[in-house]
This record gives sequence, structure tokens and C-alpha cells, in this order.
Amino acid sequence: MTSTEPSGAALGYRPGATLGIRVELSRQLKRRRTTAAFAFLVALPLLLILAFTVGSEEFEEGNQVNLVDVATASSMNFVLFVMFATTGFFLVVVYALFFGDTIASEASWGSLRYLLAAPVPRARLLRQKFAVALILSVAALLTLTVVSLVAGTVAYGWNPVRTPVGITLDQGEALLRIAAIVAYLAFTLLTVGSLAFMLSVVTDAPLAAVGGAVFMMIVASILDAVEALGEIRSYLPTENQYAWVGTLSTPMQTEDMLTGCLQTLAYSAVFLAVTWWHFGRKDVVS
Amino acid sequence: MSERARSIRLTALRRRPRRTGIVLVVVGLIVAALVAWSVLSTGDGATGFRAEDLTVAAGGEVLDATILVPDGVDADHPAPAIVVAHGFGGSKQSVRSDAEALAGQRYVVLTYSARGFGDSTGEIGLNSPDFEVADAQAMLDLLAQRPEVEQDGPGDPRVGITGPSYGGALALLTAGYDDRVDAVVPQITWNSLVTAFFPNYAGASAAGTPAAAPQAVDGVFKKLWAGLFFASGAAPILDQLVAGDGDAPPLLDGDPLCGRFRPEICAAYVEAATTGRLSPESAALLERSSPASILDRITAPTLLIQGEADSLFPLSEADANARGIAASGTEVALAWYTGGHDGAGSDADTERLRELTSDWFDHHLRAGPEPTGAFEYAQVTGLSTTNGRPTSERTVSETYPGLVEGSTPRRSVELTGPAQPAAYPPGGSPAAISLIPGLSQLTGLLDGVGVDVPGQAAAFETGVLDEPLQVVGSPTVSLRVASPTGQAVLFAKLYDVDPDGQASLPQGLVAPIRLTGLPTSVEDAAPVEITLPALAYRFEAQHTVRLVLATTDQGYLTPVEPVLYQVAVAAELSVPSVEGEPVDAASTPWIPFLLVLAGSALAAGVVAWLLSRRRRRTEVADVDPAGVGVPLVVTGLTKAYADGFVAVRDLSFRVEAGQVVGLLGPNGAGKTTTLRMLMGLITPTAGELRVFGHRVHAGAPVLSRLGAFVEGTGFLPHLSGRDNLALYWRATGRPAADARFDEALEISGLGAAVDKKVRTYSQGMRQRLAIAQAMLGLPDLLVLDEPTNGLDPPQIREMRAVLRRYVDGTSTADGTGRTVLVSSHLLAEVEQTCTHVVVMHRGALVAQGTVVDVVGESSSVLVGVDDRPRAVEVLRSLSGVLEVADTPDGVVVELNGLERSGLVRSLVGAGVGVQQLTPRRRLEDVFIALVGEGHDVD
Repeated sequence: MTSTEPSGAALGYRPGATLGIRVELSRQLKRRRTTAAFAFLVALPLLLILAFTVGSEEFEEGNQVNLVDVATASSMNFVLFVMFATTGFFLVVVYALFFGDTIASEASWGSLRYLLAAPVPRARLLRQKFAVALILSVAALLTLTVVSLVAGTVAYGWNPVRTPVGITLDQGEALLRIAAIVAYLAFTLLTVGSLAFMLSVVTDAPLAAVGGAVFMMIVASILDAVEALGEIRSYLPTENQYAWVGTLSTPMQTEDMLTGCLQTLAYSAVFLAVTWWHFGRKDVVS
Repeated sequence: MSERARSIRLTALRRRPRRTGIVLVVVGLIVAALVAWSVLSTGDGATGFRAEDLTVAAGGEVLDATILVPDGVDADHPAPAIVVAHGFGGSKQSVRSDAEALAGQRYVVLTYSARGFGDSTGEIGLNSPDFEVADAQAMLDLLAQRPEVEQDGPGDPRVGITGPSYGGALALLTAGYDDRVDAVVPQITWNSLVTAFFPNYAGASAAGTPAAAPQAVDGVFKKLWAGLFFASGAAPILDQLVAGDGDAPPLLDGDPLCGRFRPEICAAYVEAATTGRLSPESAALLERSSPASILDRITAPTLLIQGEADSLFPLSEADANARGIAASGTEVALAWYTGGHDGAGSDADTERLRELTSDWFDHHLRAGPEPTGAFEYAQVTGLSTTNGRPTSERTVSETYPGLVEGSTPRRSVELTGPAQPAAYPPGGSPAAISLIPGLSQLTGLLDGVGVDVPGQAAAFETGVLDEPLQVVGSPTVSLRVASPTGQAVLFAKLYDVDPDGQASLPQGLVAPIRLTGLPTSVEDAAPVEITLPALAYRFEAQHTVRLVLATTDQGYLTPVEPVLYQVAVAAELSVPSVEGEPVDAASTPWIPFLLVLAGSALAAGVVAWLLSRRRRRTEVADVDPAGVGVPLVVTGLTKAYADGFVAVRDLSFRVEAGQVVGLLGPNGAGKTTTLRMLMGLITPTAGELRVFGHRVHAGAPVLSRLGAFVEGTGFLPHLSGRDNLALYWRATGRPAADARFDEALEISGLGAAVDKKVRTYSQGMRQRLAIAQAMLGLPDLLVLDEPTNGLDPPQIREMRAVLRRYVDGTSTADGTGRTVLVSSHLLAEVEQTCTHVVVMHRGALVAQGTVVDVVGESSSVLVGVDDRPRAVEVLRSLSGVLEVADTPDGVVVELNGLERSGLVRSLVGAGVGVQQLTPRRRLEDVFIALVGEGHDVD
């Protein structure tokens, strides 16, 4: 008989030491899915620069906020354009991927039951998985921003930012605002993240969790385009996803951003509560 | 209540606080978010009011009025009154929201439709002192009679007047004609209808104020705006334009040409529109309708609100009003905003104007705090993300420079460009486009489109600006102009040219100029100063300022004959600017948001900590001290799934230390379900499992003493076998030295393949790796589910040996014996591997004990004979035989003392041929029946 901890556990076992962040990170980082996502994040800005170089100089005139018109004015203009282009779909997919795949894929491999029997307490498993998904998602967002910034500087120079209405922001101010935008996106995309995370414990199929979250966001943005829905639209999770454009005004228009943050808080609280509640009592049979 | 039911109830009770806590935190978070959300989307609480419709007889006409009385305001608690007048073409309905906002601030508010508008009778006299001003005075009389209205004296109510455009002029005129008015806030209105509709920016004003225009005589007729203005007096044309209403134009009452205008007004318009010039009589008529005529009589403090996007009544009109009122010592303040007759302005501006208006009235009607600064202006800074309208920042200055003292600071910017010809086309067509009055609201365009016809404009540019150029007010410039006729009409405008060469015309504003006495050669021309439209605008660094002098503009009436002008610049552009402090926009409540967020996180943390403490206590407490040495005790275990299927039913058994226990049963017997419950993966419906005395639940710490391989392998396919084991062990958080990797890898027998990715492994390799994973850390209780599935016979043999050594301790460094629980559906497997066996069928226990007891040879034999009836007869007669059964396979005999040799001897002696005699093991019949015929029970 070996000696044990007072809790009855094997010697050296502490629930709080199970599935450390670094362990989970190394479990995830070596996955082809992760490397592919990051490779694409690096490639996307370069592709866009190539497209701008090859494509014609003629842009369509519009009277709405149009970041394409000024995308090539400076590196930070390019960053803003990349963000504008990725907010609606690409970043949603990235968040859905990292949050939706994390538990469902363990279930589909069968490794989930061994983690739980190790035992990694269920709430802790969720917490660590969520933290790592968040780290990867934010890292993805930062990768996209930094690569865009560096590639944009090489291609278009380190100039002040020109907003679509002709206002100019100097570099320091623009960097601060880009930081605010990244923070806003990182936080509000948690709506998608939490939804995907919830689906990830509900289903054992990673594709269903990721696809389901993306699908629901697409449905929301389609509904968002139906003006006949009126007031209902302001409750859709996609309603404020572009609110960060308000940082390009002076003074910054942050009212919609605040609404977006509150909305994320409410949606995420619901999704994550369901996640913890469901997973805490779920019969893991996969 | 049965014991078990009570324990289930207690379990439920023990778990409830944890769920309640989480639910509370979540509900708290959601409520906080929703409350903050709704607080954001609704404004501050305003007082309610009641509305009373009135008809007021004045000057022989009947005026349609509404009075709004705030709640709590009555004869005992009177409040000051405010008259809200409406704009041209509108009615009392069009200012209803402003009126309600003021009523919400505890003012008695009176709105009415001016004569000739809405449901009021009469003809439009264009704010004539004899008609409209007299009507307004009748309204003051009415307010003097109302008990709810605070009175300064008999027949003298405490009253302010406000209104946009037409209503603004009425406010100023009424304040001039009636000294009972105590405060005035006119919006986007005129100083003089003559300068508004016949502007001439030739020359420069001597006044030092920012937006002063020269107001030279003989201006250029602003035909498009005049036409719209006149038409909207006849019918609500602007509404129709803006709403894009597809209805046929309504039939007008009376004269289709003059509509509801008084005949003399109509005649003056027809004259101006036909000739482009104003007769002295018409000029006199318009002057009577202009506040310019009575500014010196205004004693009520006046806040002038004027629009920067206003080509009808530009900033210079408010500038002139301010100078006129201030000249007699009356208090004046000015506020410019991003809207006007050409656009709605930013949302922040709309809100700020309401705030400024109520602050002004609060200070002057009921001694509220003094408003800050005498001058505010706004600048467009972007486009709103939600409605596409402009966003703005505001600047406040202590004074409006030049009004009382001083003058506006100016800086000079050099303009370059040669003397240029500019042709005026015959008939004035095609004409340059600066702005389409009123329609900009439809298109949502921020700045004018600014189209100049080539050859019809002279252009001069500054260099690329090194730093932003701030303009607040009217820039001026000197020109040299030559014309063969001695006269010239030019339209001056400043374009903002961005680094891409795109030019935009700020606010679409142009300054019409009529010059006379010009020479025919530009060399002979004397410099003439001209004034440009007043702006609040920043030309950004890297942009260029372009001065354009066009010969035509669609908005203005120009002559018929073609002319060729010569234009040159004579001096630098003089640019006014006013320094000030930024006005804090109503800031977004980020601080409360962050506080809510931090508070919720804190609350969640505290609750989580309390719960984890409670949980730890519960777990530690749930130990059976008597059982700490027993690897596994299963008591009354039952699992019913949600669909009603009962996978395990009242199962009880023990596994003692040092045993190799086989859990035997056919597929579907409930073996795997039992093992899942043992791992804490699924929750029993009833009963419990104790491992070393500790009750098993999801994540129970005691599970760390259990190594399991249940229901197939679970590896990360993208990692090697070695990495999988290493990461799995790191995930347990236990010391690396405790893992005994080498022993585990030895058991897996994977050799070099251990460094290949698991994706490439065969089923057997994965299986062996999984068993190695289960043995990591040499767990005290090893649980293996069908471990030999998919293994070759030699591997199966090796596996049996491994398990034996594992239990007796010879395979492990510490030499300590451990316990193994193996499930199998193969009788032989269990027989060869295990010391003890637990037999299950359909979720229930069938038998348990040592393998020898349960599965060993029994006293029954199967006898194959040639004559079964005869054999049965012989055997039944023998003593020492318990039972004889005739089966198709042969005769089954239960021996009780008789030896097998004696049995054969008796049969042969009786003449029965014995073909075979097979000893039978206990359980075999039962098990064959359970697993069915043809199953491999070897």
C-alpha cells in the first residue's frame, strides 16, 4: 500500500495542479489545426497587400465608412482595413475554432475521459480549456495585428492614419486606438467563443461545435440586415461587432462599444453558465 | 423512507448550495449587464406633463396652440414659460419633441402654428410686425393669464422664446417689439432676409468677429433656396423631398402661385425671381421682417444657435445678430453646430444644443448656474457608425472675439497660381455645383460634391500643409479681377484637397461676389478684398487648400450674356481662428462598466472560493474509515439512463487488496457502465462506489490512485506515443519521478514506434500504449476494460503475465502488490488471468467469488452415449447420482459421491456404449445460455 494525501489521493496529487496552462498549451499548439490557423493569419495580410498591388487603383466611391479607400495610406490604415475585413467572419471563425474544438475534439479522441479520471476536476478542466482557448484566440488576433502592422509598414510606410472622412491621426494616437480596437474585439468576440465553448461540451463532434457557432453568427448577421425586425435587432449578438469603427472619430464614439461589451457580458454569462452547469453533471460516455 | 432513498436525498441536499451559488453569480452578472444596458439606452428621468390644446384668437385669425404643463406645476407652484415657435413650412407638431423636452425640465411650454401654417388660419406675412409678431404678443398675453405661469408683474409672464429658422426670427422680433420677453434662444435664423437671399461677399467686414460678412449691397439672388423657401410656404415641399413621398402634389387652396402668402410678399418674390434684383420697396418689406431692424431694442439675454452646414442662413447671419444685440449692451452668446439647413448635425450636437438651450433658460428665467463660455463651435470628426451622420467635437471659448472687445486672431497662408481666365457661359449653363439645398439631408453627403466646369473657374493653391490649418470664421483674400464689361459675378470657395488629389468642398459653402468698376486688363486691376464662407474646419497636414473662383453656381441667378474674366490673387489668404477648451462630450460610462465587471468578478471569485471550501470539506468528510484498505466496495449500484434503460441494477461486490478480479459478462451486461461510474464519468442513479474508503464522484481525488483503460484508447493523434504519455502525466500535475515512464513503456512493448505519431499506430499498438498509460504511476487499483481485445495470442499471454506480476509486486520497483480489476466477456480469459470473478448479466450480479469456486470444475459431467433412454434408466438406478437430465447433446449427470470411473463402468456393464465423457465447469451452462450459442467459450 502506497502512502496517500489526506484527501485520499495519491501522493503528490493536488486538484489545483492538474492540467496546467502550459500543459494544455503544448497539447494544443502541436495540433495541425492550430499551426494552420496561425499560418493563415500570417498569410492573410500578405495576400491583401498582394491584392492591393496587383489590383487596380480604382475604388468605388461611397458615403459610408469605407476603410478600403484609405487602406493603403499607411501601415495603420492597412491594419484597420484588415480588421474591418476580418471582423465579420474570419475572426468569428478563429474564435469559434479555438473555443469550439477544444473539448469536443478531446471527446472524439476519447482522451477526455482519461483527463477526467486522472482526475482533472470538471470545473477546472473547463477553466483551463477556456483560458487556453482565450490565450490562443487573443494570440491569433495579436498575430494578425502585428503582421499587418509590420507588413503594412514595409509596404505603405509609417505614416499618420487617415480616416475615411479625411481626419488625420498621428502615429502614437493611432497606435493607442488600434490597441483599444484589439481589446474591444478580443472581448466582444467572446460571445462567439462562449457559444462555441458551450456547444463544445454539448456535442462530441468538433465540427458541430465550431460550425454551429459560426452558423449562428451568420444567421444573426443576416437577421441584423433585415431592417423590418426593428428593435429586436439591437439584441442580436452581431449588432455591435463593428462598433470599434467609433474609435476612428474624434472624440472616440464609444457608446456602441460599451453596449457591445455589455451584450457580450450578458451573452457570455448565459452561455458559460450553461456550459458549467451542463458539463458539471453530464454523463461522459464518449 | 428506505436507507438508500435517504442517502440519495442527502446527496442532493449536499450538492444544492453549489449550484445555487453558480446560478446566483450568473443571474447577478446578467442582471448587472442588463441594468447597465437599459440605463445606457434610456435618458435621465424627466418630469411628466399634461398637454392641453387651445385655439387662440389673434388679429382676426384663429391660431392652433398647445400648452404643456409639467406635473406638479399649478397656481401654487408656478413655473416660467417658454414659447416654442416652428420653422418655415412646419407647424406646432414639428417642434413637439423640443417642446416636450423643455416641459420635462419643468417649464410651461406653449407651441402654436403660425398664421398660414398647420391648422391656423390666415396668410403668411413672413414674420411681419403687424401680423406674426402681434400673434406672438397675444401668446404672451395668454401666458399672463395662466395661473401655472410665474409672473414678473401684472400681465408680464416670466417667459423665454425659442425656435428654429422662421421661429428663430420670430423670437428675435418679438423680443425686440415686446420687453416682456426675458430670454431668447433663436436657432439657425436670419439677420436680414436681404443679405440672406441677396448675399454679396465683396469686401471685408470692419467688425473683428470671426464670421462677419461684408453685407455689400446689390447681392446675387440665391434662387434655388429662395424658390424652395417660397414653395414650402405654399406647400410642405421640403417634407416631401426629404421623405421621398411619392404622392401627387396636393391641390392648393386659393391662388396656386402665391399659396398662403400675403399678396405683397408674393409680389416681392415674383419680382426678385424674375429680375434677380430687389426693388427698394421689396427691400423695405424684407427689412421689416428682419431682426436687423430691431436688434438695438432687444434687452433679453440671447443665445444664438447657428449651423455650420447652412447655405441658407450662414454663420454670418448669427454674427450680425450678435453684433447688433451686443451693441446695446445686452448679453449674447453664440453656439455653432455641425448641422443647419443643409444637414441634421451630429447626435452629440443635437443633445448639446438642448442642453445649452435649457441651461440658458435656467440661468435667465430661474437663476440657474451661469453657462460657461460665450462661444462654442463644433467640428466634424468622423461619421457615426450607427446612422452615418457626422460625429463632432466641440470647443468652448470665453468670448466671441470682436463682439465686445478685441478681434479674431488671423494668420496668413500664401496662395500661388498665375492670373487665369474664367469664362462665363451664355445663359449661365452648365453651372458649377456646390450644394443642392435641402437635398444633402437625403444623400447623407458630408461635404459638397463641388463640381466645377473646366474653363469656368480660376484656382489658386497653398503648398502642401506641414501642419493642420484650423479655420474658425470667414477667411478673406485679395483678388485682382478684370472684366470686359467692367462687372463680374464670381463664386468663391475653399476646397480641401487630400494627398490623393481628391477635393472636397467643406459644408458645400460658396461666397457669391458681385464686383463693379473693373478694368479690362488684369494688370490694371486694383486689389479687391473678398470674404469667404465662414467655416469651423481643420485642413489636415499633408492636405492642400485650394481657392476656386467659379463664374457660375447652380444655386444662384446669374446673367445671360457670356463674359471672359481674368482673375489673379493679390495677397495671402487670411485665416481666422478662435482658441478654446474642448467641451467634454457626454462621455460613455466606462468607469461604471468596469466597476460592474470588477464587482461581478470579485463576487464570482468569493462564491467560487466558498464553494470550493465547502466541497473540499464534503469530500474529506465522505470517507468510510473501515474501508481505507479495501480497493473497491460497490454497494447497491444502479444506473438508469434518461431513456429508462437500466444498465446496472443493484450491483454490490468487493475487491480486496492483492486480487485480480474479473468482471465477467456478455456484451451489454453493464460492465462498462460500472467501470464508467468507477471513473467518475457518469453519476450513479443510486448506490455508491468506494475506492479505498473514499466515495467516488466526478473528479474525486482518490481517483488519482486508480489507473484505467476503459472503452478504447484516448490519445492525441498528432503526438507521439511518448509525448502522449508524458503530457498525460503532466496533466495529472503529479511529480514526474512518480510516473515510472520506463516501466510503462516497457509494458507497452512499442519499441522504436513509441516516437511515432499515434495517428500511425495499429489498433493493437494503441491498446498496449493505453494499458501503459493506465499503469503510469503504478496505481493502487488498475482497471482494464477488455484489455486483450485486438491483441495477438502471444501478446495476450504476455499481458496475463504482466498483470500477475503487477499484482504480486515482482514487476515493480517497490515490490508492493497491487490490485487489478479486469472486465471481459470471455470466460477463458477470466479463468486464466484472474483470482476472483464477478459475473454480471443484464446489469445484475449473477455470481461472485474465487475463480476456482465460481468457474472451476463442478461435479456434473456430460456423457455421450449411443442409447440415451437406456442410459438415463441405468443412471437413475445408481446410488451416488443426484440428478440425470436428457439433453440433445447427451446425458447430463450430477454426481454425488459416485466416481466418473464408476459411472462409466456401470454404463458399459449395462450394455450402453459410452462415446465421450466431458467434465463440466460450474457456470458454464449458465454462461453459454447468457452469451448465446456459437459464442467462443473455449
